[in-house]
Amino acid sequence: MYRYDSYDQSIVDARVEEFRDQVQRRLTGALTEDQFKPLRLMNGLYLQLHAYMLRVAIPYGTLSGKQMRKLGEIAAKYDKGYGHFTTRQNLQYNWIKLADAPDILAELATVEMHAIQTSGNCIRNISSDQYAGVSADEVADPRPWAELLRQWSSFHPEFTYLPRKFKICVIASDDDRAAMKLHDIGLKLVSKDGVIGAEVYAGGGMGRTPMVAPQIRDFVPEEEIVSYLEACLRVYNRYGRRDNKYKARIKILVHEIGVEEYKRQVEEEFAHMRELGLNPPTEELDRIRAFFAAPAYETGLSEAIDRADPAFALWVDRQVAAHKAPGYAIVNISLKPLTGIPGDASAEQIELVATLAEQYSLDELRVTHAQNLVLPHVRKADLYAIWQKLDEAGLAEANLDLITDIIACPGLDYCALANARSIPLAQKIAQRFADAERQTELGELKLKISGCINACGHHHAGHIGILGVDRKGVENFQLLLGGSGAEDASLGQITGPGFSEDGVVDAIEKVTDIYLAERTDGERFLDTYRRIGMKPFKEAIYG
Amino acid sequence: MKILTGNDLVSGDVIWWAGDGWSRQVGDSVDVGDHGEDLARTEEAALRVVGAYVIDATVTDEGVRPAHIKDRIRALGPTVRPDLNLKPNDADAGNWVI
Repeated sequence: MYRYDSYDQSIVDARVEEFRDQVQRRLTGALTEDQFKPLRLMNGLYLQLHAYMLRVAIPYGTLSGKQMRKLGEIAAKYDKGYGHFTTRQNLQYNWIKLADAPDILAELATVEMHAIQTSGNCIRNISSDQYAGVSADEVADPRPWAELLRQWSSFHPEFTYLPRKFKICVIASDDDRAAMKLHDIGLKLVSKDGVIGAEVYAGGGMGRTPMVAPQIRDFVPEEEIVSYLEACLRVYNRYGRRDNKYKARIKILVHEIGVEEYKRQVEEEFAHMRELGLNPPTEELDRIRAFFAAPAYETGLSEAIDRADPAFALWVDRQVAAHKAPGYAIVNISLKPLTGIPGDASAEQIELVATLAEQYSLDELRVTHAQNLVLPHVRKADLYAIWQKLDEAGLAEANLDLITDIIACPGLDYCALANARSIPLAQKIAQRFADAERQTELGELKLKISGCINACGHHHAGHIGILGVDRKGVENFQLLLGGSGAEDASLGQITGPGFSEDGVVDAIEKVTDIYLAERTDGERFLDTYRRIGMKPFKEAIYG
Repeated sequence: MKILTGNDLVSGDVIWWAGDGWSRQVGDSVDVGDHGEDLARTEEAALRVVGAYVIDATVTDEGVRPAHIKDRIRALGPTVRPDLNLKPNDADAGNWVI
């Protein structure tokens, strides 16, 4: 894992003290709320439906046990005993007192964490693949590039006031586990003639105008990735619309001027950038890369897993993924208990996972955009012990990528922007499909719920997506089918008129019945939908 | 009726104008008539509230009820965490917001 140098630490420490002063000035009235709001947002502090909410950055979703433990301590000490892992691989506290915020940031700084660039019209926290560094199919660990981009983008003076927020994702596998093409810019590391570089995708995103990012370059050599991104950002910063926040994202610019014209302008700017010689020194990437060198895996480990306990065997089959090192496995920890809240974890659960990471996963864990956790380096011989501890803590649900592994935004239960509640609906769906055999029979089925058009719950990218809307003060839910955030990215299509909360649960059941009746061998729900189209599903739902 | 709500500047708690100060209970709300905007400005300047705004509400058998579901959820707390909302002993408290 990357460790701060003195420069990183001094930046974060200074930012804490700066914010402490800003909060003090707000509390004494020296700053009005209009003056203070942009300052608190630059430090991840929102005013939400019930209280202040603090969003903590988890760069590319990677954490040490110590960092995770600190998140749990803060949840217990300053919040109401829990935190919420988000679709941006971050963590949110829902009940923060303004006066406590500087102390929380100071505590985070002691473990090399902060809340910088979790809000505002800047380059946000870089996201990545939760299997980075442990997946056998990647061309390289994408996190050194994500870290390089974090350093490049942090307080970048030119990109602190962009037309709108800007999200970048870096992956390095053909399997896209990070919704890369639904970011403002997506990078996929590839190897070409033995040289590492990146495919670049620009103009993707969800929200009210969802778009899958088109590829704008098939290869940028690794040493020029930062310069190329600088060119992409410069064109966006110059021409992105500032007159209308709903048309200000890069996807609108790319769409309005066309991909070819955007590419042409980026190439022109890139040629200029090359003349300036602004590529970061290769020594810096090498320095960062050294932090992500593969750990010293033990050799000669057994591949055997004792599957005598049927509940454990079910969990292994669903939650454990192949690791590149012999004798090791990747453990996915579900934060989707059937009666729980997607993405929520109590302080005690956070503490437990921190301990498990330290004891069993070489002191490392990951947060996924699907609001789950990952222990990336687990000896297969330790799986049963881990499962037992997770089970005791209510964290052993075996539902990865099944219909109850629901992504849901906080919705109207917590969010000031939401129009409808996401969480109670997720719970009703989870309970309707609670039977483990039924879930397994349905297979991979990614269900995603957003409580408003801003799409934090990724509903556009759900095999089944749900969008909550406000219909004359009453919650109403639109149903979408056919979306995907994976390597076969696509946007879901609305089935038709919306439903009540109970009505949409019934509609989903009808949709899954059609799938089971129509599927051919090996077809996932999404495959069947793509083959037979919307019509049969629509007929089943609306009669 | 028109009632005034906002968040406590320091704690962030949802608060309701009760005539002579702020309350955590929506039931304590009083009709602010046409004076809500002026009250909001005064109270914000006094650093007692942030983000104050006037909403429509009605008086029911169960007390003051904000007209919009968003404000009813603000009044109750998260419907999915009965332990954290203002009616922790009422398992059906979430139905109040519908």
